[in-house]
Amino acid sequence: MNLTVNGAEYELASPPLASLLYALREEIGITSAKAGCQQGGCGTCTVLIDGQPRRACLTPLLTVDGASVQTVEGLGDADNLSPVQAAFYEHYAAQCGFCTAGMIMAATALVERKAGATREDVLDALGGHFCRCTGYVKIVEAVVAAAAGEVDTARPDPQDEAGEPEVVIPGSPA
Amino acid sequence: MTIAPLVEQELLRPGSLEEAVEAFGDGSNVTVLGGGTILMPEFTAGRVPAGRVMVLTGAGIDRLTNDGGTLHIGAAVRVAELEDAPEPLGSAARSVADVEIRAQATVGGNLCAPRGSAFPRGDLQAALIALGAQVRSAGAGGERTEPVEEFLPRREGRLVLGVEAETAGRRGAWASLDRPHTHSYTPLAVAAAIGPDGELRIAAGGVGAHAVRLPFAERAGVAATGSEALADVELADDALASAWYRQRMLPVLVRRALSQLEEQA
Repeated sequence: MNLTVNGAEYELASPPLASLLYALREEIGITSAKAGCQQGGCGTCTVLIDGQPRRACLTPLLTVDGASVQTVEGLGDADNLSPVQAAFYEHYAAQCGFCTAGMIMAATALVERKAGATREDVLDALGGHFCRCTGYVKIVEAVVAAAAGEVDTARPDPQDEAGEPEVVIPGSPA
Repeated sequence: MTIAPLVEQELLRPGSLEEAVEAFGDGSNVTVLGGGTILMPEFTAGRVPAGRVMVLTGAGIDRLTNDGGTLHIGAAVRVAELEDAPEPLGSAARSVADVEIRAQATVGGNLCAPRGSAFPRGDLQAALIALGAQVRSAGAGGERTEPVEEFLPRREGRLVLGVEAETAGRRGAWASLDRPHTHSYTPLAVAAAIGPDGELRIAAGGVGAHAVRLPFAERAGVAATGSEALADVELADDALASAWYRQRMLPVLVRRALSQLEEQA
């Protein structure tokens, strides 16, 4: 079976009824798609198959023979984040990071399909993605901002930021 | 059709409906893989041995057409494709799980999914019953076509080929309980529809092994109080809701669905 993952072509030896998630993680070594619940219930394994968000854990490998798969590794890199990645960075939308890759792939599909997606669109698109840390507020804000184009994809280099930020806590000893 | 023999697996990949029917045979010793949303976790966890598996992808039974008010739904049509279907099917489809699951799960799987370990499955069933849909299936004794409510109790050993529903001139309504979370199956749902000849059909989902028609409620007509439906079903406790709660909510949902129909009139 053949698969294009993030632009690179692979000939796979995983069993045909293995999940796409198994092939990605165990054979190819792409680990951004997480083996969370492996029942389709948590969203952390979500990848784009021919541009559409799908659960890698529920996808039999043989049904995606010849398909093109994109994972978060195939979006931006540290210097050139994708709009959704940059929005997550700006809005502090990740905490432990376990759900983040799946959230970003689902959000990327939404933003590409629907510029100007509303909060309700985002809630619908991310409805199957569970985050056990942040409580979703920052994640939803980030995706709405990315859909509105209100995001700076050039990630600031911490080295360029002048000195320590001044933090004043009222009432605290100086 | 290509058959790939594996160490402990035989993979059947029919290239047409006829090949699928032939490969399925009488349904013994074959596991049918549609979208995979129910089976893949079972394979991954080793709860269902892969054994002899027939994959429906590529069998050409994934077409959805609307032919002069008759909806032809291939067994491998995805739930997401029904989101804009006439009511109550559209509402039922939109209420299933999430975007990704709806894009993968199939109508055939929804009709055939056995009751889960602790809850009923098959959230489209009640809507299809209300629409008076007919299921075409294959298996021992050959092909047969029958109403969804007659198919469901005797679906064991059947391969669903497609579903047909005449939706022209039919008005539908859907009322369901909120799900505990996105991926939960519905604890209780009621679908109702009135055909062009005035025939009222009401069905309930989340009530047991599969959805059922509610003839007592139907006979009471659109002015039914809803409590008539309690004579139609035997409600049970499960992980999603207690029988006690379902007994109190079933009449409410019947009444809500009928009120929608009255408002449409």
